Amino acid sequence: MQRQVALIKQSLFDQGYLDEQFVELEELQDDANPNFVEEVATLYFKDSARLISNIEQALERGSFDFNRLDNYMHQFKGSSTSIGASKVKTECTMFREYCRVGNAEGCLRTFKQLKKEHATLRKKLEQYFQLARQAGPKETARRPK
Amino acid sequence: MAVGDVMRMEIPSGGDMSVTSPELHVLAVDDSIVDRKVIERLLRISACKVTTVESGARALQYLGLDGDKGASGLKDLKVNLIVTDYSMPGLTGYDLLKKIKESSVFREIPVVIMSSENILPRIEQCLREGAEDFLLKPVKLADVKRIKELIMRNEAEDCKTLSHSNKRKLAEYIDDASSPSPSSSTHDDSSAKDFPSSKQMKSADEKFSSLL
Repeated sequence: MQRQVALIKQSLFDQGYLDEQFVELEELQDDANPNFVEEVATLYFKDSARLISNIEQALERGSFDFNRLDNYMHQFKGSSTSIGASKVKTECTMFREYCRVGNAEGCLRTFKQLKKEHATLRKKLEQYFQLARQAGPKETARRPK
Repeated sequence: MAVGDVMRMEIPSGGDMSVTSPELHVLAVDDSIVDRKVIERLLRISACKVTTVESGARALQYLGLDGDKGASGLKDLKVNLIVTDYSMPGLTGYDLLKKIKESSVFREIPVVIMSSENILPRIEQCLREGAEDFLLKPVKLADVKRIKELIMRNEAEDCKTLSHSNKRKLAEYIDDASSPSPSSSTHDDSSAKDFPSSKQMKSADEKFSSLL
């Protein structure tokens, strides 16, 4: 079971979904706080769902307020960075570039990709955390003394 | 009060400040709920008390600087360090830094700015305004440990400076019933009562030099 968890985690890194920051967060877990990363992830997905919804509304309106969009994306990029969501972060950066040059089509295209990456990460992390909890605390609680 | 300040920094001969020194109380300011959770954890692991707020305005409110009641100066409110995000809606971290440094009550509190953007002019601007340090996000445990050590060292320095002016007061306190010239060691006719006090002063002195 624990091997399965380790394999899933490794693939998330190998495929570029997660970066080093995720490991940094795992190092903050201990016996008293064994689910810290999952808690952060839950907060992240709740918060980013809100941002996605805001961005969607802003885009649907048709008039591209690039400043406002960039603002949302700055927040999105920030929290994605904090949790180590590498692919999502990359899409955020691209979106902001399109905002900067006022490229509406680029924004729309990137946003679609971003939502896809975001949904994929969410699914994979849910699976990972569920398995990790079943496997027991040894695998995830790894704070060096 | 002077004695209290000296006693506060008393450490065991092993010199391990993290064991007996009082906890730092850190006010963490960030509009991102994810980042607030992370910085809180980083600080808690580093043995700090943490209060998180989501904006510069709330930070000022917490400190009592929002003009409503005036600076409160309540002892249990004492903040030893403020860590704030730079980019926030409303008051930016820079605005907050300025307001803190403008306050006669709070200007001594060290302020550290965090930002996801490595913009040199921004960093310079903050340092010029009196920020203690500038951290690039995502903030790591090593960053927090470093900041904490810096703050603790500064506090120790402050106490050392304080100790020179307080040495006399301390000696006077210890010798409150005995001879009127407690600090001088050149008095050959010093009574038996003087000896314990100068011994105590010496050990306090030793403790302070081991903080260096």
